[in-house]
Amino acid sequence: MLTYTIRRLLIAIPTLLFISFVIFMLLELAPGDPLADQPLTVPPEVREKMRIALGLDQPGWVRYLLWLKQFFWTEPLYMIDGWLGTSFSEGGQRIISWQFRSPAMDVIWQRLPQTLWVVGLAYLVGVIIALPIGIISAYRQYSWFDQIGTFVSMIGFSVPTFFTGVVLIIIFAVKLQWFPSIYDTTLEVTDAASFWKQVKQMIMPVTVLALFNASQISRFMRASMLDNLGQDYVRTARAKGMSEKVVVLKHVLRNSLIPVVTVIALGIPTIFGGAIITEQVFKVNGLGQLLIVAIYANDLPMVQTLTFMFAFLTVMFNLIADILYGVLDPRIRYD
Amino acid sequence: MTELSAQKVDQALKPPRNQWWDVWDQFKTHKGALAGLFIFVAIILAVTVGPWIWSIDPTYVDIRARNQGPSLAHPFGTDQLGRDLLARLMAGGKVSIAVGMTAMLLSLFLGTLIGVVAGFFKRVEGFLMGMTDLFLSLPLLPLLLLMVTLFREPLSQRFGPETGIFFLIVFAIGVTSWMQTARIVRGEVLALKEREYVLAARSIGTPSRRMVMRHILPNVMSPIMVSATLGIANAIITESALSFLGLGFPPDFPTWGRILFDAVDQMQLYPIRVILPGVAISLTVLSVNYIGDGLRDALDPRIRGR
Repeated sequence: MLTYTIRRLLIAIPTLLFISFVIFMLLELAPGDPLADQPLTVPPEVREKMRIALGLDQPGWVRYLLWLKQFFWTEPLYMIDGWLGTSFSEGGQRIISWQFRSPAMDVIWQRLPQTLWVVGLAYLVGVIIALPIGIISAYRQYSWFDQIGTFVSMIGFSVPTFFTGVVLIIIFAVKLQWFPSIYDTTLEVTDAASFWKQVKQMIMPVTVLALFNASQISRFMRASMLDNLGQDYVRTARAKGMSEKVVVLKHVLRNSLIPVVTVIALGIPTIFGGAIITEQVFKVNGLGQLLIVAIYANDLPMVQTLTFMFAFLTVMFNLIADILYGVLDPRIRYD
Repeated sequence: MTELSAQKVDQALKPPRNQWWDVWDQFKTHKGALAGLFIFVAIILAVTVGPWIWSIDPTYVDIRARNQGPSLAHPFGTDQLGRDLLARLMAGGKVSIAVGMTAMLLSLFLGTLIGVVAGFFKRVEGFLMGMTDLFLSLPLLPLLLLMVTLFREPLSQRFGPETGIFFLIVFAIGVTSWMQTARIVRGEVLALKEREYVLAARSIGTPSRRMVMRHILPNVMSPIMVSATLGIANAIITESALSFLGLGFPPDFPTWGRILFDAVDQMQLYPIRVILPGVAISLTVLSVNYIGDGLRDALDPRIRGR
């Protein structure tokens, strides 16, 4: 198991390097000009100076290596400095976002809490409602509960989140006026009233995403339970005279959770990147919205850093899912 | 006695029933799938034949008739420029479904090619599956956004705004969605390769190319067909999501996602303009998903006849 983990970690390094290279090349080949939105009155020699200030006069591979160094060396050092108060990173050049004129990582840290709160909570809620639905649907296969559950989850992953979001806004924000339609990120929770306000503005985005996540996870849970319910060991457990509760909730559920846990782990990176659309609908200024704004503004360092962070999380959670699978299921041994 | 044997002879002389009829029989028992098929065919008819019957130009601007509610002249009302919403929905649906179908075909082609080659030729298996895993670990939506934004200008200059962006979106969706198909097909091919009839074919000297075309491909058709339905659903959702983020087709070129995006600004006053394209997208995707569900059951011989 340990050798497997180490081997996978070692494979992850060239994978991540390759992905970062692909992202860099994509941005490099793109014809967009980062100075395109500067006013036309800027004289050409000043424009040239701006270009040099942004480092655009260097050849591509120099900028790529510089970015690698900044991302993997300077930025972590800055993080350590921030935590421990040391000064390892003295003089190191950080990744500067072109549109914010400040270090890209600082902006990302500012945006992270919003994304984590809204999208993370939605994922948690989704998992919590998906598991019981999946279990009951499988245990009472083809019952009315199962039929309705299947239908609702079919709708859940067929209806795009931007549409559910907009419909919820029309019903609850415009017609009933229960919740605000725009997420107010400047709100600080200090007392009960502001806490209630925060809850109110989070309800809709969390509902939209939770419905979407729950519909997928409950399908997996149901399929996995159905696979296990037909196994011989279930019959044995019943024949031993165990109560139905123990059979289902101890024997079957534990075995069924193995693939589901890995599916849940695989979905975690989408918390950071996949909610781009929902953040856009409810105007939550999280990471997804940051990426869209950066793409529009041709802010290449920010786009590169964010996209690579999403890739990093995806690769890592793929790895965690694979390892979890081996840890949870003793029948699977990688080495 | 003689009657019975005559019946038997009759049955034996009848040409064997095509297996697709068995699939159809099983498919028919799935109520949701049947309803899905019906709705999907209806939507396709509406967007292809519809514009011939409802012949208002979807881009015709009639500023005096803007923001109208439903009426006889405009059953779904008009938008902020006085364009007929029904005509726009039909034109938009044609583009959305065309994008979905083409992107699905591209992704199926890539997935099947890579899956079959990886499963059949041992030498390239490691490389191809490594590439599949690599693609699976890419953050797809951000990359898709990136590709579409970065390359829309040069492509729309070269091929014209509509065709250029059509190609771009189809290509972007196609190259980011083939991995599941490739994995499934490879698994099937690996299992098929061990079967006796493949051994028999090999022993009479069938070349690899014909082996794949005649013996392997027809037998991996069923998982491919199921991925095809899921692929259409995925491509339609992705296209409308791109349009919704304002990164899809140009503004004067309606697609369902674009109509929805344009209507969001005024959703407080005219919610119907948001609801209609959204319902169209959802209904299409839902029906396609149900068809896929039914197909999966129908193509699985283990549960056929139950």
